[in-house]
Amino acid sequence: MKKTTIITFAVISALFLVSWIAKGMFTEGSSPFLDGFLVTLAAFLTLAIMSFLYKDNPYYKFAEHLFVGVSAAYAMCLGFWSTIVGNLIPRLSSGISEFFKVSYIEGDYNFIYFIPIIFGILLLMRLSPRGGWLSRWPLAFIVGTTAGLNFVRYLRSDFINQVSSTIVPLMIDWQGFGHFFSNLNFSATGQLVMMFSNLVIFIGVTCGIIYFYFSKEHTGWFGRASKIGIWILMITFGASFGYTVMGRISLLVGRITFLFRDWLEIIS
Amino acid sequence: MTEKKNIFDKMMTLDRRWVFLFLIVVCVATYAADFSIPINTEQETESIFNFLDSLPPDDIVLIAIDYDPNNLAELHPMTYAVVEHLWRKKVKVIFTSLSQLGPAMADQAIRDISDSLKIDKTYNYNGVEHNFKGREIVNGVDYTFLGYKPYYALIILGMGQDFRLNFPNDYYGTPLDDLPMMQGVINYDQVACVVDLSGGNITDAWISYGQGRFNFPLMLGLTGVMTAQYYPFLGSGQVSGIMGGLLGAAQYEELADNPGRAKDGMRVQLFAHYVIILFIVLGNIGYFMSRRKNLEGGN
Repeated sequence: MKKTTIITFAVISALFLVSWIAKGMFTEGSSPFLDGFLVTLAAFLTLAIMSFLYKDNPYYKFAEHLFVGVSAAYAMCLGFWSTIVGNLIPRLSSGISEFFKVSYIEGDYNFIYFIPIIFGILLLMRLSPRGGWLSRWPLAFIVGTTAGLNFVRYLRSDFINQVSSTIVPLMIDWQGFGHFFSNLNFSATGQLVMMFSNLVIFIGVTCGIIYFYFSKEHTGWFGRASKIGIWILMITFGASFGYTVMGRISLLVGRITFLFRDWLEIIS
Repeated sequence: MTEKKNIFDKMMTLDRRWVFLFLIVVCVATYAADFSIPINTEQETESIFNFLDSLPPDDIVLIAIDYDPNNLAELHPMTYAVVEHLWRKKVKVIFTSLSQLGPAMADQAIRDISDSLKIDKTYNYNGVEHNFKGREIVNGVDYTFLGYKPYYALIILGMGQDFRLNFPNDYYGTPLDDLPMMQGVINYDQVACVVDLSGGNITDAWISYGQGRFNFPLMLGLTGVMTAQYYPFLGSGQVSGIMGGLLGAAQYEELADNPGRAKDGMRVQLFAHYVIILFIVLGNIGYFMSRRKNLEGGN
């Protein structure tokens, strides 16, 4: 190990300890030293993750691996206690319910609840070198039901509803030019703006589809429509990227708030 | 001999770490400074606020806290703004968390908002002054927290039949039938609307399995990254309103006259965006000037 690595580690450890003691001494509550430790640890992990912006380093790797490990363990424990103990056992056995201190659901006994137990055990057979093939049965069940459920629901919500909302009238409440000009206004729900919005939807969707139509060469009017399609896509990606930037800055704001308000208590 | 670099060449080869450092310095300085910026509200947030504001006391709203700590900065302010608004109006709330780390988020929000509602406050919105008398928020009376269950699509479908199917007990272990506010509450039919505050694709399930199957009014609070993707559902009427990222939360705070973390964060957003735009402009100037120099040099 390099000398600089040892010195860096020692300095960071010392700073961590100082921060922990200081937080423990000046934090109010029933367990100030525990609270102080947790806030300091959170600050250390935040800075360890942010250090990747400078370059990859062991502190970043430690924080990343810790996050992955804790997340996986937490998910497994939560799944066990909320589903197996919370949902399944109260419907199967009063004895086991008593052991786990959950209330047994009287009269809800059903043999069908043994199927998920069997499938769950079969799924874990993946860990066995000889019985691994048995896990394919529950996996096939999961894939089949998910595909079946998603097919029907997504066809309706993501396809049919979206297509029907694109087929919009270009002339809204049209009662002639006289009526149109006498009621002309730029309100968001006004006739002019609504007609313009629907026209943008019509042109945007048509040109977007043309761009992805490859059975005809993109030349002439077809090529021009395709180019408009590219512009529509670029504007969409731009809007999406704008929101992404806002999202990332929000995360930075969240961390700055934590570091400077909760940890260092510099900003109130 | 090495050719001397001009300013445009330096712009093109600027180490990205300087950009990060400059951005962080600007963000910290802006955060520390004491000033406020005006927030202009948009129709998609107003529609959520107006719907929730029109609910009479004792109506029930289901709020799905479907986000983890990694989205806390954007979505927690939305939860605080929406739930505080509902409890001020004595509207009851059913909380669920279909995201693994969501229960901790919901639990923290419930405790914090309950504390803040203990004191008397005056709010001024829609041109009317509303005096709120501080009160205790009671579990089982003002809210029910169902907790987390995995496989969100099946849970959303299950709650459409009976909340007790997947959640025989609430998050704290009390049977749902023992909670006063859950008497007579069977499924989505007894719920005025669903507000999904989400940082992942659980929103897809709420749209397709929830709203698509049971046809309740669905409102979304989304992270900035997700927002643009869900606008088509707003246009088709499948979603009644969208709060997009920190801006959406700030707009709700503005509408409810309840300034909080989101409005505070938007000050930093403003200057961070100025910095990003500045670097985009500088980068483009550098690119075009370098290209012109290369063309003139015959490269």
